[in-house]
Amino acid sequence: MIFTLAFRNLFHDRVRLMVTLVGILFSIVLVAVQLGLYLGASRMITANIDHANADLWVMPFGAKSFEDGGLLMGARERHQALATPGVERVTPLIVRFSEWRKPAGGSTRVVVVGTDAEDGAVKPLSLDYGTWEDIKAPDAIAVDRTYLKDLGVEGVGGTAQIGPSRVKVRALTDGVRSFTQSPYVYTPLSRARQLVGVQGTDLATFHLVKAYDGVDIEEVRKELLSRLEGAEVLTTAEFRQRSLSQWLFRTGAGVALIGGALLGILVGTVIVAQTLYSSTKDHLNEFATLRALGSSSGYIHKVILTQAGLSAVIGYILGMLLALLVVLASQSTPLPIVMTPLLALGLFSVTLFMCAISAVSAIVKVTKIDPATVFSR
Amino acid sequence: MTNEAVLTATNIVKELGSGAGKVRALKGVDLSLVRGELTLLMGPSGSGKTTLLSILGCIMTPTAGAVSVDGTSTDGRSPDELAVLRRDHIGFIFQSYNLFPTLSALENVRIALDVRGQKGYEAARRCEDVLRQVGLGNRLRNFPGNLSGGEQQRVAVARAIVSSPSIVLADEPTAALDSENGHAVMELLARIAHEQDRSVLAVTHDPRTLPYADRVVRIEDGLIVGEERRPEGLDAPEITDLTKRRKAHA
Repeated sequence: MIFTLAFRNLFHDRVRLMVTLVGILFSIVLVAVQLGLYLGASRMITANIDHANADLWVMPFGAKSFEDGGLLMGARERHQALATPGVERVTPLIVRFSEWRKPAGGSTRVVVVGTDAEDGAVKPLSLDYGTWEDIKAPDAIAVDRTYLKDLGVEGVGGTAQIGPSRVKVRALTDGVRSFTQSPYVYTPLSRARQLVGVQGTDLATFHLVKAYDGVDIEEVRKELLSRLEGAEVLTTAEFRQRSLSQWLFRTGAGVALIGGALLGILVGTVIVAQTLYSSTKDHLNEFATLRALGSSSGYIHKVILTQAGLSAVIGYILGMLLALLVVLASQSTPLPIVMTPLLALGLFSVTLFMCAISAVSAIVKVTKIDPATVFSR
Repeated sequence: MTNEAVLTATNIVKELGSGAGKVRALKGVDLSLVRGELTLLMGPSGSGKTTLLSILGCIMTPTAGAVSVDGTSTDGRSPDELAVLRRDHIGFIFQSYNLFPTLSALENVRIALDVRGQKGYEAARRCEDVLRQVGLGNRLRNFPGNLSGGEQQRVAVARAIVSSPSIVLADEPTAALDSENGHAVMELLARIAHEQDRSVLAVTHDPRTLPYADRVVRIEDGLIVGEERRPEGLDAPEITDLTKRRKAHA
């Protein structure tokens, strides 16, 4: 009967139900979009780090993120790292912002990622057209489909200029977005050095260290730090966190996204609380009758909480449908929104929590019911 | 009829309001209800009828005095403990029926068992039986909005008796009904008292209810001023013991 009463109370006033559902729907869509953007941005920021085959990253002291590695390191660091006990492999990696000159005029910034795939460093993610062998051809590079228009090329075969050198698109990735909105340009290490103006050197932005299996990574790190002056050694997880922290929190972007999500929860809570409170107020005489009939206060609380729960479930289903449409529509944009099963589950928990919190004011109201009011009607 | 007192109120005083606006609504009321008897509590507006009913029904607590329900004192009990007493011993019938507009007749009765933790098929069957007893066997699925006033009050009666309480308290049960329905409801209450051996107390100022009463208690200005009992063999109550008991400490 609790469910029946809650359900009927909820659907008795359709207008109020609509207001409640719109409140929850608005809240869910806003939270889903904000957190989905946050997740999407996080994935973009860490995609290259996550796909690197490294246990430790050696970088110039103060390097802020994958794209902002700071001063280049020479071969000395690489050799010192290679000589460290427990180290199996050290792979240099170039990551530098550079100028892309479009064939039809104008320019844009790109991030040149220079890596030798056979060394086990970063590979272009999700190669959609072409192979690594194609990228090793003279002047060859790989870019993402999403940025073709921004780069002023139509696709494979398109040419442009980076720094002093001509480049030709030989392969395409799909879905490799850049949080900085400067597209990644993947190319072999030696050509990357040429494109960023350090050709003929052994300079690198990072050295990716792979340790032997079973070796204590922390011990290797300590040893590396004692050998490398002016360099930092971070684990993949630490470097990932530093990059996230740089782009999401130091720039304020992540705070804005999380703030938006919190605002969504707040607005949703207020709307649901207001409508639940007014619904409870309208049914106060019925709750007083229940109390006069001898119901426990817990029974009445359950009716209100069930009403809140029902609102949450219906609102969540509608909200998620709309949110998924928004997610779908965002997939071809430079900043796609990500929806994962965990996020969907989290959103459901947030919705339930939001509605439960919203029920508090109604429960407080109903707790103060004087059953004697049943005689005053 | 067994002359067992199921509800006893002793020297009940109730003050309402506070400060200069404080009113003494009941000034020392003694009343006991026995099984198998329909008692009418009659008196003019403002005489304290409803206040007394609220106290007898464990909805209000008295300022002074003692109430005992089926041998259990209400003194010092918390609101939740009083709710349990109501649930276990008392059925209520209200002037405005107080039915749940979003629930059917059957559901309105079922909720009285639901709050007592009685659910399932047996509970549903019990509710159907009781609704048939009050003549609503063909209106089980109807919502209050589709029932006449008399039918709604009969649903309220069914809800009050479905849990087999020893006491049924009714607040102006005929006030919102026409003559025919008023008589039907009073007949029902009398049957409940006599055939089901319950104690029924109805607060009323409707003279149409008098023929159904076994006993009439008159209240004025917060005091019981008279009591009339129907002699054996008579259709209507006759004054047998009129005790003017205006208390000195009013």
